[in-house]
Amino acid sequence: MKLSLTKVVNGCRLGKIKNLGKTGDRTMDVPGCLLYTKTGSAPHLTPHTLHNIHKVPAMAQLTLSSLAEHHEVLAEYKEGVGKFIGMPESLLYCSLHDPVSPCPAGYVTNKALQRSTIIGVIEGGDVMEERLRSARETAKRPVGGFLLDGFQGDPMTLETRLHLLSSVTAELPEDKPRLICSVSRPDEVLECIERGVDLFESFFPYQVTERGCALTFSFDYQPNPEETLLQQNGTQEEIKYVHQTKKIKTTGCNQEMTSFEINLKEKKYQGDFEPLVRGCSCYCCQNHTRAYIHHLLVTNELLAGVLLMMHNFEHYFGFFHSIREALKNDRLAQLKELIRRQAS
Amino acid sequence: MAAAASPSSMESAPRIMRLVAECSRSRARAGELRLPHGPVATPVFMPVGTQATMKGITAEQLDALGCRICLGNTYHLGLRPGPELIQKAHGLHGFMNWPHNLLTDSGGFQMVSLVSLSEVTEEGVRFRSPYDGEETLLSPERSVEIQNALGSDIIMQLDDVVSSTVTGPRVEEAMFRSIRWLDRCIAAHRRPDQQNLFAIIQGGLDAHLRATCLEAWLAKWCHVRTRDPRQQTPGHREAEQMTKRDVPGFAIGGLSGGESKNQFWRMVALSTARLPRDKPRYLMGVGYATDLVVCVALGCDMFDCVFPTRTARFGSALVPTGNLQLKKKQYEKDFRPIDPECACPTCQTHSRAFLHVLLHSDNTAALHHLTVHNIAYQLQLMSAVRASIVEKRFPDFVRHFMGTMYGDPTLCPTWATEALASVGITLA
Repeated sequence: MKLSLTKVVNGCRLGKIKNLGKTGDRTMDVPGCLLYTKTGSAPHLTPHTLHNIHKVPAMAQLTLSSLAEHHEVLAEYKEGVGKFIGMPESLLYCSLHDPVSPCPAGYVTNKALQRSTIIGVIEGGDVMEERLRSARETAKRPVGGFLLDGFQGDPMTLETRLHLLSSVTAELPEDKPRLICSVSRPDEVLECIERGVDLFESFFPYQVTERGCALTFSFDYQPNPEETLLQQNGTQEEIKYVHQTKKIKTTGCNQEMTSFEINLKEKKYQGDFEPLVRGCSCYCCQNHTRAYIHHLLVTNELLAGVLLMMHNFEHYFGFFHSIREALKNDRLAQLKELIRRQAS
Repeated sequence: MAAAASPSSMESAPRIMRLVAECSRSRARAGELRLPHGPVATPVFMPVGTQATMKGITAEQLDALGCRICLGNTYHLGLRPGPELIQKAHGLHGFMNWPHNLLTDSGGFQMVSLVSLSEVTEEGVRFRSPYDGEETLLSPERSVEIQNALGSDIIMQLDDVVSSTVTGPRVEEAMFRSIRWLDRCIAAHRRPDQQNLFAIIQGGLDAHLRATCLEAWLAKWCHVRTRDPRQQTPGHREAEQMTKRDVPGFAIGGLSGGESKNQFWRMVALSTARLPRDKPRYLMGVGYATDLVVCVALGCDMFDCVFPTRTARFGSALVPTGNLQLKKKQYEKDFRPIDPECACPTCQTHSRAFLHVLLHSDNTAALHHLTVHNIAYQLQLMSAVRASIVEKRFPDFVRHFMGTMYGDPTLCPTWATEALASVGITLA
């Protein structure tokens, strides 16, 4: 595994991780994200519906917590976890925890796996000294990359943590990828990229799905003027609603709704025959309407989760694609401003 | 608002069925339905997509499995999201984006089975909505009105549904009322050119009466016009009167409830014997593999049932030998696919062991894998049945099917053995 940077602009790194996979010929773009899975499968999705999604990341994230109890079965299977879960061609990253139902930070340990690259974990809480020590010591080890742990939390302490993050990545070698866990929101993703982070988990679209919402934020940093007007009008209206209906409780994901999404359960979508996002190329937007998704949610039908997951993943992966394009074209500032405007 | 039979009921209904082959031994037929959203090969199993969705699988996945007709429920859709909204969405096809055929039932069955406080009168079925408590009347006219808005290719008459375990005068009352309601449905139907209205044959379960009258029934068939209708037994009168009203197809209703299999097959056989040869026979609510094979032998063409899709969501996979309860520990290290002969995406990619793991997680994908497989199983079964009829080897197919399912011909359920024997197929 080898990280090859093509560009570094204001601390933001653009490049490719090369020599991945069994035959060493696979690559992964950075900044990028990993495909979030639950028990070895994208949530709600079979290979058929997963393949409907464009730009699925080359690497999927498995969580050890969901597979550990089946280690005997995997051992007897002998053909590897990738084939067992039905993703024989995918690159795989195994994290200890599921970011959606995590343990307290600091309990992450290295797990030795044969023929796998080991990622070193940077700990240290909110204490600068400890963070620097962790970073320097881990950097001395022969690890393939770094996992930045414990930087998630509430928005109040964000600035402190971002400062810590900058200091940490400054201690790390440039030619090894930096992955951060438990950070997945679009605005926070950009903040972390500016502080030298390369890879993210994609559990945010899953959380959005579980609360019956669809990602609608724009990442089109160079739209035509008419589109801008339409989107701005839409965004403003949606932000108004968000302030009125902030907390949505769903099983397992007691997260607040963000201003990056719309809540399809709202009555106003009952007769809305537009797609979730106009111009979106995902299976859901190409084939279905907001009214239909609303109906599926109101009637508690399983298809709601399937269609929303397809849209939310595609939208999110599209966002990462736009980050890479923006970096390539020196437009990250515009993208950042666009996202900032849409953050609540 | 009961309307007398209007002139339109005397007009010739379109012939939507083309017979391709008939078994020389049994009453099995292979055919093709010509429907507004494309042809459908029969015999056909129609998966049930109750609320404008096939339970977690996309329209594309359902199409890829080869499904060309599925069901929607008028009762559910009539309440949520309602016919007006669906009409705005260009009908049920537009609303759920299903390019092939749809069949909607009338809402009659749900009215009686789901709603505890429903009242049947000559007007219709009065009930309380479980969602907003509002009182509504589902009349033949209202049922057809909703189904016209849904735009399904086949619509069902509203029938007076009575449980198959009920006996006595209520059965006879329901039967005659269903005939009157058919006339009202035909009169209220605004789109006969785009939607095919099927009649539903009811008629009770009195096996003894049926057995005794069967011979008399056959004898009366030719002289039916000269006899006083009041002297004929209810079952005879009912079937005969139904066939006078020219509809494109018939359903056999009132079965697949709590009745014994022994009574069940006899009523099916009796019905198919009376029904016109050149029109499709839709047996409602039948979906177990054995039942499908036997009822094809008895002369039925179309079937629907929630069983395969519902059982999938409980972790049960359908196989030629029965079913696999994949949540059970015995599948923990079973690395084979559900069925090595099955061509479905689930069997092409996943093992029983992985599905076992996934079923014990909270990832709904597990349910979708099994839904895909179970629908594939049903459709592949009907395809195989059809091919055997076309290739003139249906009786052999039946023997092989029963052998696989039960291990030995003597282990096949008695009712099935008898039903098959009645149409000339012996299992030993």
